[in-house]
Amino acid sequence: MREYIDGATAIVRGALAAGCDFFAGYPITPASGILMAMMRDLPRTGGVAIQGEDEIASIGMCIGAAMAGSRAMTATSGPGISLYSENIGLAIMGEVPLVIVDVQRLGPATGGATTVSQGDVQFVRWGTAGGYPIIALCPTDVADCYRLTVRAFELAERFRCPVFLLTDKEVVMTPATVAADAFVPLPVPERTTADTGLPYEFVPAGDVPALHLIGDGAAVRFTGSTHDEGAFITKHGPTIEALNRHLAAKVDDHVAEITMMDHIAQAGAATLIVGYGVTAGAVASAVELSDSPLAALIVRSVWPVPEEAIRDALAGIDRVVVPELNLGLYRREIERLAGDREVVGVNRIDGDLISPQQILEATA
Amino acid sequence: MSITISRLATFRNEKPYPFCPGCGHGPVLDRLDEALVRLALDPARVVIVSDIGCSGLSDQYFATSAFHGLHGRSITYATGIKLANPELTVVVVMGDGGTGIGGAHLLSAARRNIGITVIVMNNLNFGMTGGQHSTTTPEGAITATTPGGNLEHPLDICATVGVNGAGYVYRGTSFDEDLADRIVAAIENPGFSLLDIWELCTAYFVRANRFSRRGIEQTMGELGFSPGVLYERDVAGYSAAYAAAQGGTANAPLGVAPQTIPTEFAHSLEEPATLLLAGSAGGKVRSAARVVAEAAIRAGLWVTQKDDYPVTVKTGHSLSQLTVSPQPEPLGPVTPPDVLVVLSDDGLRKVRPLLGSMHPDGVVVAPPDLAGVTTPAHVVLVDPSEAPVRIGKPALALSMASAAIAAAGWFDLAALRAAAACGPFAEQNTGAVEAGLALPHG
Repeated sequence: MREYIDGATAIVRGALAAGCDFFAGYPITPASGILMAMMRDLPRTGGVAIQGEDEIASIGMCIGAAMAGSRAMTATSGPGISLYSENIGLAIMGEVPLVIVDVQRLGPATGGATTVSQGDVQFVRWGTAGGYPIIALCPTDVADCYRLTVRAFELAERFRCPVFLLTDKEVVMTPATVAADAFVPLPVPERTTADTGLPYEFVPAGDVPALHLIGDGAAVRFTGSTHDEGAFITKHGPTIEALNRHLAAKVDDHVAEITMMDHIAQAGAATLIVGYGVTAGAVASAVELSDSPLAALIVRSVWPVPEEAIRDALAGIDRVVVPELNLGLYRREIERLAGDREVVGVNRIDGDLISPQQILEATA
Repeated sequence: MSITISRLATFRNEKPYPFCPGCGHGPVLDRLDEALVRLALDPARVVIVSDIGCSGLSDQYFATSAFHGLHGRSITYATGIKLANPELTVVVVMGDGGTGIGGAHLLSAARRNIGITVIVMNNLNFGMTGGQHSTTTPEGAITATTPGGNLEHPLDICATVGVNGAGYVYRGTSFDEDLADRIVAAIENPGFSLLDIWELCTAYFVRANRFSRRGIEQTMGELGFSPGVLYERDVAGYSAAYAAAQGGTANAPLGVAPQTIPTEFAHSLEEPATLLLAGSAGGKVRSAARVVAEAAIRAGLWVTQKDDYPVTVKTGHSLSQLTVSPQPEPLGPVTPPDVLVVLSDDGLRKVRPLLGSMHPDGVVVAPPDLAGVTTPAHVVLVDPSEAPVRIGKPALALSMASAAIAAAGWFDLAALRAAAACGPFAEQNTGAVEAGLALPHG
């Protein structure tokens, strides 16, 4: 048995499987399918979905709902991520478990609403003040949208931070044939809560404090200002430093746990292709079609950069090819890990996809 | 055993307020505390949502739950908290600064009648950042950014939320002796409540404008901004309305629930092939492509469907390109199709650039009036008027696609009949498929 579905449907199915019970979003192509499906289906499972007056309100509602006990998700595209920016920082500072779907379209500005792109891969990482880490997962196809949405909720709970599902117009809006058993039931992510003690414990830095939910037990304080462990505003230097180091360490100390990648290793391969998201399929095809052995790395957790895994895959490689639907935005992450190796991009920004043949030309 | 429940004497914690001497914030927060004491709520289930500015410090002086977010967005967090848990009492404390920058949220919260209470500590300027003018600064007033007098008309906060449906609206001052009563009434209203409380900013506005308590009353009078309870409506809060509106759909089948397709027919494809339907918006091009796709899946093929249409969906072209393959294929760039079905002038205009690069083994299926195409591919004329039954406009795309599939011979036509016979449009789709299959196709 097979299904004929698009990525938007798979994302919503994944969110519901992960126990999502709050969604707020604002209409934007190519993410509107997720909003509409959530507005229809979430109340049927006892949750709440609402169309915000704008993107700022939508993510704000999600943050409020998340701290009052909901498992929250929002979905937008690049222009909406721009408006989410300040609240992404709030979710980092307030340690909010939140899933943000970015269905990338061609930018900058309004760009091309129905045109595919991977132009937000650095933007989601650096899109708010301060430079503190977030997590971003990149599904390669419709079935992966389902799996990685569930994983995004798991990671949001585990690390109490915004987790991006970084996808694109083609994966989300193109109906595709999927084996029905690709949608295996997955367990609802675990949630660790506490109703006594301090709402924010940040020592040791790499630990993630249990979630204190508003309305569950004792009074709970939440703040987006620089704060002590009780969520009171502080200007005490050592406390400030401990807080900020914690916000980075709780993600950066756990890269191995977050890392998701598929490594196609081949004996004798001296060229490695690194791809993510919608280009992953063309990468795999290029490896199959090639007369000479090629290695490939499909990065499904693009942030934090899985540096160790990438370094391991670079062993024995002297040339790296990075196909992307942008001008080489993720290639810079590979370049800084590649040492003296040649790193070349295959870049398409005309609104169409990269073919396996284009990649093969760059491997020659 | 008897349990004695004693009313909390205060919802404040032990911290003293940090506000300037003469500032209205402290008295307003004292009235809020009195109101909460009178309502005898569980402090853990009261959420004070504070904005930014001096008013944004407020939550830290209460032993309730608290949410201190971004400037102007406090209403959005309060909305999320209230939607997630309608049992909570949610009170927003914000300044006139947050009211201005978050104006869209204020309007929407009133229109929705989300069951939160907003207290605007309206001191007519930005205090924390140095006395700049805000959306409520009276015309002519001197501030750090209006040295020649404010040129903008002040926002009537109460009228704005009032005419947009708010459940309870009150305008007063930090000197009002009965303010705690008003706050109690606001919290008890199930809809959106707002109290616009005018205050003295002794650090800036008072100094720059020789302003006073009397000045507040005089300014309200001059502007025609009446004090008192301005709106009090019997409204349902948004959460209750949402529950009522969605009640009928609870436990209804999910739209995203699996709809599986059996693979029960044969195909003859060894390599991937593409079918492009090129028609006009409103011509059921995408739904025709979907029927063909489901047929191909029934024949054991793997299909992706790339649709292209203008942003104004009811005009211009509508293209659907199906890639059908014996193996799963990754999404790839647009390529000249193996089979092109031309359905209209709009479609033909859009695909004209592809015609020249089609393969000589490729096929263009077109009605006689659109057959004047230049292409190395084989052109097959299919005249829908030759069908034994009349093919109407809604059926044309699926009929022509069916004729093309019959000509291409990619899979068992029983798969097409089976796909057409599924779903709410089984009758129409079956008619279109049968009419198409009956057409002479070269």
